[in-house]
Amino acid sequence: MLQMHKSVEEEWTLVVKPKTSWFDINLKDLWQYRDLIFLFVKRDFVSVYKQTILGPLWYIIQPILTAITYSIIFGKIANIPTGELPKLVFYLSGVTLWNYFSECLNKTSNTFISNASVFGKVYFPRLTVPLSVIFSSFITFCIQFSLFIVILLFYYNKSDSIHPNSYIFLFPLLILIIAGIGFGIGIIISSITTKYRDLRFLVSFGVQLLMFATPVIYPLSLLEGKKKLIVLLNPLTSVIETFRYAFTGSGELHWYYLLYSFVFMIVVICVGIIMFSRVEKSFMDTV
Amino acid sequence: MKKVIKIENLSKEYRLGEVGSGTISRDINAWWAKIKGKDNPNLRIDQLQEIKKLSEYHKALSDVSFEVNEGEVVGIIGRNGAGKSTLLKILSRVTTPTSGLFKVRGRIASLLEVGTGFNPDLTGRDNIFLNGAILGMKRSEIKNKFDEIVDFSGVEKFIDTPVKRYSSGMYVRLAFAVAAHLDPEILIVDEVLAVGDVDFQNKCLGKMSEVSKSGRTILFVSHNMQAVTQLCTRGIFFENGSVSYDGGVQEAIKQYLTKSVSSKDAEIDFTNVIGRSGNGSIKVSKIQLFNKDQLTSQFLIGDDLKIKLFLNSKEATRDIKIALHFYRYDESKIANVENADADFIFDAFTGEKCFEITFPKINFYPDTYKVGITIGTFDWANCYDKIIPCFEFVVLEGSLLVKRKLSLNGGFIYLVPEWKAV
Repeated sequence: MLQMHKSVEEEWTLVVKPKTSWFDINLKDLWQYRDLIFLFVKRDFVSVYKQTILGPLWYIIQPILTAITYSIIFGKIANIPTGELPKLVFYLSGVTLWNYFSECLNKTSNTFISNASVFGKVYFPRLTVPLSVIFSSFITFCIQFSLFIVILLFYYNKSDSIHPNSYIFLFPLLILIIAGIGFGIGIIISSITTKYRDLRFLVSFGVQLLMFATPVIYPLSLLEGKKKLIVLLNPLTSVIETFRYAFTGSGELHWYYLLYSFVFMIVVICVGIIMFSRVEKSFMDTV
Repeated sequence: MKKVIKIENLSKEYRLGEVGSGTISRDINAWWAKIKGKDNPNLRIDQLQEIKKLSEYHKALSDVSFEVNEGEVVGIIGRNGAGKSTLLKILSRVTTPTSGLFKVRGRIASLLEVGTGFNPDLTGRDNIFLNGAILGMKRSEIKNKFDEIVDFSGVEKFIDTPVKRYSSGMYVRLAFAVAAHLDPEILIVDEVLAVGDVDFQNKCLGKMSEVSKSGRTILFVSHNMQAVTQLCTRGIFFENGSVSYDGGVQEAIKQYLTKSVSSKDAEIDFTNVIGRSGNGSIKVSKIQLFNKDQLTSQFLIGDDLKIKLFLNSKEATRDIKIALHFYRYDESKIANVENADADFIFDAFTGEKCFEITFPKINFYPDTYKVGITIGTFDWANCYDKIIPCFEFVVLEGSLLVKRKLSLNGGFIYLVPEWKAV
């Protein structure tokens, strides 16, 4: 009886100690708060276009206007060749995927700063916030992706330059890599920005610059030698090229570089989560 | 009795001043030097010595240990900066302790603020779900309690309106309604009752005592002693980051009220005080406070407040006026007292001279009051010495002349006029 009493005494649901190890990560909590992630996604999605006339239509207008602008500036004026593909399809394929990446990165990278007031008052696993960003951006991506498919089908019926192939089945993997890299880099940056605010300014225009090191507005086949190698070292390059190849048949598929992107994603996510959970415990004292 | 919270040697240190140098390159520099075992190259020599003395750290909490049993309602009181909020922040896991640990049995929910995470663009309905989830409820739980929450808040009609169109009162009511329907085993509450009107405050208090009656544990931080007495069974009084008293709530409040001003405040030496203005030809050198010939700064309603004011004059000046300014704790002015009002005129003097000023039967509501002093010419064209605030005194609860609870919401002067039926 005494023994039993003692075991009850020892049964604590929560023990909080000062942070000691780098690998003290609490992912179990995250699962318990899955409803919160869902509600954050809903909030993000619903509140963005509140009080706009066109509402969710903006999700479609944005990429199509971007693709048209690119077709005019890079295609017509700068005369960058897009191979056999219709210009709109070419640019839209790059822009759709790129938008998803940049949205994931930009929005997760200010997790701590923009949520400081909430984080300072209530505990919940902080990773719910960047995770919800990935999901809500995914909804946006899905809408834009369906637009891409519609345009693709339109041109598919019109010309025979488009050859979708069985690599389409790689699509989920490509999305995973894109989202993972955006998420990983985003939370790394958000962890560092709690101390160094300068990084915030770097991110928004850094992402813009990075786009030019990724074959969004030009085909990879345009490059040769060293230049090509540098662009291929960008882990996003092979993802976007593979995506374009799978859906249109034009582009290059490099298995090794795709594997490299995948490994890169895993590393970035692990480093990100470790840094993030390190910062989340103490950042209220520094922000 | 089952223990639901156990706190062991909990400490929290804050670094004073800048954390890090603010730029990456200098931090890397400093970090590299640390690895090589050298001193931080970015610090000035004097700063270096300071750090070695560890004076750069401020202990917000030091070595706090206590246990809370199931069903207890504990009031945590103390002056600003005593460590109450830091303790709550650690318990609600917003920040981590520097050393020590705490254990909890059961779900813990903290209300450091109502309406955390409310999104102005979403409707009341959406916000109930969002806020509930932030506070740790599952969606199914919120669904079950949804009607109750809406009922309690009294905003049924506007539940599908974005909350940015709510009045601030409706907003707070809805936010508190969500929080009140969390069903945690342990509830941590910080001064949320400071919001809203008196009616709403009473509703909140009612809800909290209802929660406590259902056998759950509450930790309640407040400066509102009335609410603490009403609600709590046990009081913990914090002073300078550690537990100074732990026991019955009445005794804890008494300790808080008496200790919150130390007796050394009753005699203040002003010879070396900076932060004064005036040309200095006459200076306040010392002030003593007396209650019935006893050196103290604590009074009850009906006591005589005697101030002994020691002045030091360099030259014999005829043209002197002394004024005392009384302030409430929020710095709003109550009274201005001048020697000329009482036809008190004195001769020119050099060296030190003492004046005795007695206020018979003070009638301020229980609180802390500040007094400032100005000494100048009759027309205030010249100021000799000015110290604002100069000293503080406390009016305590418990005067035998007072037969009811005096709340500062009700006023600040206690008047007992003569009543007569005619």
